[in-house]
Amino acid sequence: MTRALRWLIPLAAIPVLALLAYGFRLNPREVPSPLVGRPAPAFALSTFAGQPVSLESLRGKVVVLNFWASWCYPACYEEAPVLERGWQAWRDRQVVVLGIDIQDTDDKALKFVRDFRLSFPNAPDPAGKVSIDYGIYGVPETFFIDKQGRIRAKHVGSLTEDVFRKHVERLTAEGS
Amino acid sequence: MLRGVLGIAAILLLTSATALAQQPAAPISEQAVHDVASQLRCVVCQNLSVADSPSEMANQMRAVVRARLAAGERPEQVIQYFVDKYGEWILLAPRREGFNLLVWAVPGIAVAVGLAIVAILVTRWTRRSATATAAPPPTDAMRERIRRELEREA
Repeated sequence: MTRALRWLIPLAAIPVLALLAYGFRLNPREVPSPLVGRPAPAFALSTFAGQPVSLESLRGKVVVLNFWASWCYPACYEEAPVLERGWQAWRDRQVVVLGIDIQDTDDKALKFVRDFRLSFPNAPDPAGKVSIDYGIYGVPETFFIDKQGRIRAKHVGSLTEDVFRKHVERLTAEGS
Repeated sequence: MLRGVLGIAAILLLTSATALAQQPAAPISEQAVHDVASQLRCVVCQNLSVADSPSEMANQMRAVVRARLAAGERPEQVIQYFVDKYGEWILLAPRREGFNLLVWAVPGIAVAVGLAIVAILVTRWTRRSATATAAPPPTDAMRERIRRELEREA
């Protein structure tokens, strides 16, 4: 019996160690979104400039939907120029960058838009309905929506030029 | 007679059905919102439910819960909405089905195994010490020596 126990105790530690080894290798940023592959939830918002914007009206275009906030420092501050440059580079090729400002105040958000000279449409989501519809955990999070209105990828954290280009190139190459 | 009873039963069913259908129009109580929100994980917190978190995000989620209940959804439907958006991760308690059953069963099994090991060890140890304390009876020489040493002490 004691001999059996001597083996049993280290043996019992193996599954625990295996679980830890698996868990520590995972990237905590990559929380899988059940929305990838599904139709993007519809929304209709009004931009800071007072223009109505809805997902429906963007059908047939690749949409880069970025959720941000002015208090999200530094990640949102890092990616704002990336988004603006991406918008400038791709706007003539059926790509729309759309920013949704969440859990924010309008004056601070407007200052953010001014400071970064963002020329793509940005709209506040005051009640958080759109952000919950998109299963947002925090900011920034970016969704890449194809021409058929399906969510094809989700990026959590600051967006880089490489990630932007990789997804937009792939989605614009597809036929509508 | 039977027909009368059936008729009354039918009327009762109809009225209760309409009463049920009308229920969503009633104002949603804080308790009803709390019951749903307490099952949802606050996405920006650590180990807090949407009901317990003071964060803006949780506040907005409670508003969504309230709006959905007010629109006539059942609590399970509201919870399913959040699962559709966030995955089962959003549930504070994993559903008792499939692989998840392991999460519910393992702690119980672990406690049972632990108790069994303790019980086995305790019985073994008590048995061994019982035999160990039973010293051999003193021989005559030993008795003589004890007596002598006690006298010397005195």
